[in-house]
Amino acid sequence: MENNIWLQMKDYFNNNMDSFLIAIKEHLEISLIALMIAIIIGIPCGYVCVKFKRLEKQIVSLFQVLRVIPSLAVLLLLIPVMGTGVKSAIIALVLLAMPPVLMNTVVGLKEVPDFMVESAYGIGMTEKQVLWKVQFPLAMPLIFTGIKTAMIEIIASATLAAKIGAGGLGGIIFTGLGLNRTDLLLIGGITVGLLTIATSLLLELINRTMMKYKYVR
Amino acid sequence: MIEYAMNYPDKLIDPLLEHIQMLVITLILSLILASALTIISTYSSVFSKTLVYIFSVVYSIPSLALFALLIPITGLGQTTAIIVLVVYNQYLLLRNFIEGLNEVDSSIVEAATGMGMNKMQLLLKIKVPLSRKAIFTGVRLSVVSTIGIATIAAFINAGGLGSILNDGLRTVNTVKILWGSFLAAGLAIFTNGLLSKVEEKL
Repeated sequence: MENNIWLQMKDYFNNNMDSFLIAIKEHLEISLIALMIAIIIGIPCGYVCVKFKRLEKQIVSLFQVLRVIPSLAVLLLLIPVMGTGVKSAIIALVLLAMPPVLMNTVVGLKEVPDFMVESAYGIGMTEKQVLWKVQFPLAMPLIFTGIKTAMIEIIASATLAAKIGAGGLGGIIFTGLGLNRTDLLLIGGITVGLLTIATSLLLELINRTMMKYKYVR
Repeated sequence: MIEYAMNYPDKLIDPLLEHIQMLVITLILSLILASALTIISTYSSVFSKTLVYIFSVVYSIPSLALFALLIPITGLGQTTAIIVLVVYNQYLLLRNFIEGLNEVDSSIVEAATGMGMNKMQLLLKIKVPLSRKAIFTGVRLSVVSTIGIATIAAFINAGGLGSILNDGLRTVNTVKILWGSFLAAGLAIFTNGLLSKVEEKL
């Protein structure tokens, strides 16, 4: 039996290498687009939250509530509105990724010590300069952690997007479930698992090279 | 939509009850397992770190993939779903339990040891009552994530609210999709709100 599955998997790779690679490409594409959108919306939102304290509670709790909704429910709720396909999948993934990016931006910006901001103003920096040269660089480690969490969640959940016809590695798993083919289940499942672990290692590596100063002992 | 609910109330209520049943079973099992693991890990910090790391890696594997991987071993159905959900919960629970217990003020711990308490007494009488908030946060997070992941379990024939969504999707029945999504979202938001209220009281 074990041997059989092994042979089946080998067979699959021999015959369907192209579609396998396309599935991986689609998966990564969806994930990266969703992450980009989440970053583009999330970081400015975080800045707004810190700048206008009154809005903070509303914005944060809004995204918190949206996050609690099961992602499958979000995906299917979007079908009547946006139809099936990549667009609805990306919106659902963006909703999923927003809270970590947003929360970490807020916390990161808040944790910049007041005296540093004050002394930056004191040496004559404009508001823009303080933002780009003092606040964001100092908040970067936490923001990056948020992006990392978001990316892992997106890649893991992008599997579900196949259910509404957005393609990706989930397609292989759903085909395996439908045909009762263990080899397809294993290929899909292991690939997504490896992809998630590889991404988290890669992001950790980027984190270490970008923020070298943190790890100097 | 309302008409559908009036005509077939059992088609909506049964999956909801099934969902809640799955949630309760998962919660009980994962709480037992998590407490056992936490007690063991109070004796060795290396063990607790490896444990949290292993579960964080497992947690990053998508649920659908984990369901798929377990099918050859435990078959379709609720058993597989519950195993996966329990394993996922371990990460959220253990992380919060262990961090909560470690954050108890060390002077209090020392005073308790000085009074002659042994490790179990220290854990049950000092650490757990003092870190009940962190522990409860872990429980709330794991309940909410269980509700979410349990909808996905319908794909492996475990029932629950996901089955309404699944049927609706297959027959392009918008009413069913909407009901399924609303119930799943409502259940998650309601439970989260309820548990947050309890958490504030602690």
